[in-house]
Amino acid sequence: MAFAGLAVYALYAASTLDITWARLLVGLDEGSKFLGRMVPPNFQRWELLVEGMVESIQIAVLASAVGLVLSLPVGLLAARNLMPAWVSGPARLFVALCRSLHPVIVAILFVKAIGFGAMAGVMALVVASVGFVSKLFAEAIEEISLKQVEAVRATGAPFFSVLFYGVLPQVLSRFVGFAVYQLDSNLRNSTMVGIVGAGGIGGTLFAAFKRFDYDFVAAILIAIVALIFVSELISGRVRKAFQ
Amino acid sequence: MTEATNAATPDRTLAVRGLVKEYVRGKPVLRGIDIAFAPRGMTAIIGPSGTGKSTLIRCINGLVRPTSGEIHFMGLDLAKLRGRDLRLARRRVGMVFQEYNLVERLTVMENALSGRLGYVPVWRAFLRKYPAEDVARAFELLDAVGLGDFAHRRADALSGGQRQRVGIARALMQNPDLLLADEPTSSLDPKTSVEIMELMDGLAAKAGIPVVVNIHNVELAKRFAVRVIGMTGGRVVFDGKPDALEPKHLSEIYGGESWLT
Repeated sequence: MAFAGLAVYALYAASTLDITWARLLVGLDEGSKFLGRMVPPNFQRWELLVEGMVESIQIAVLASAVGLVLSLPVGLLAARNLMPAWVSGPARLFVALCRSLHPVIVAILFVKAIGFGAMAGVMALVVASVGFVSKLFAEAIEEISLKQVEAVRATGAPFFSVLFYGVLPQVLSRFVGFAVYQLDSNLRNSTMVGIVGAGGIGGTLFAAFKRFDYDFVAAILIAIVALIFVSELISGRVRKAFQ
Repeated sequence: MTEATNAATPDRTLAVRGLVKEYVRGKPVLRGIDIAFAPRGMTAIIGPSGTGKSTLIRCINGLVRPTSGEIHFMGLDLAKLRGRDLRLARRRVGMVFQEYNLVERLTVMENALSGRLGYVPVWRAFLRKYPAEDVARAFELLDAVGLGDFAHRRADALSGGQRQRVGIARALMQNPDLLLADEPTSSLDPKTSVEIMELMDGLAAKAGIPVVVNIHNVELAKRFAVRVIGMTGGRVVFDGKPDALEPKHLSEIYGGESWLT
């Protein structure tokens, strides 16, 4: 019944959105022309490419570093098993706010607020990192064994010692996992925020699109894919080392 | 340690008066407990599950806040303490747990040293820069519990009996005036249980401090305790020497008789 409803609605949506067979055929034709103009990739303007890629990597690394440092306390404050409701409630609301908008929208806001450039990109990805990592970190803390925490408290340890001995050892390896994942994710996103003027290779890519330099576009895409592959390789290694 | 060099031995009598604990209003778990514990030797508290034994133990070191009543120890009313004062008092009370409650991902050494966390500043604890005498004492205690060679193993690599030995070492690292134990042998096999009880009894006697232990096993209680307290339904129903504990008392504590034969 539900599936039938879904199917009917899908047909209706397709008709209103001008999604037809004829439209697809025209599109495929255009697509093949577009792809044809992408080969061979043109690496002649490699200096521009390298400059953009380096800026993207810098944005990602900076945003990850700042975002992770902020996520530790925010995640801790948002953990309902360690904090009273009047602390964890607002902290969870803050995290939800960070998560609610897509990084590109946040990047647009920062571009409007503080101007074009990498600074806006870094800020946007910091917000995304805090949203993602502190949420998962808080959930990891909520799953720890409170018996171990109780035992450390029973020694008369002050709050921060309880944190460093009773809580952190139980969640550190998971935090490293989130951190590496977020660095990966920031690398991907940092290639995109440039499209809205927040710095990095995205700006170069968008300009190449607008000037129909599709062979240069292809070169940029290849570089981005290569970057993501390398980062996946490295992050896999790091995660294994912290198991 | 300056405390140890004091000429007069401190009075380590623990006295609980009129202790009541309600987790839910109107449903007391402890219904007015009055016990004056001996200043040395082991006191065993026996009784069925859910009768408030663990709550009583946790009230003594402030892990659970009593609803009313007094807990006098070393010139303080532990039931009235809050915040920093409670934390400072807690350092003087070591605790051994049923499921050991070691920090699984830390080493045996780090777990033992965590007994000093109440004394060591946070930054030193974080950097693992403990005073040399603490480290020496930790090695000494790990030797005493038979785990001298395991100092750098991770706690989650140990067996149950070994973990409980680390738990005892951690509690004694606090240099406590009182040792509490909440069902310390319930998760262990019979032979290991006896060894753990011997260890706690022996080390506490050496330190000259009293032990209060919750225990299910009546035989172990009679064998090691100088005094047995029987609880049921949140009240004390037996208080006396182990020899005085007769089947009629056990029947009153645990209810029924058929299990006694």
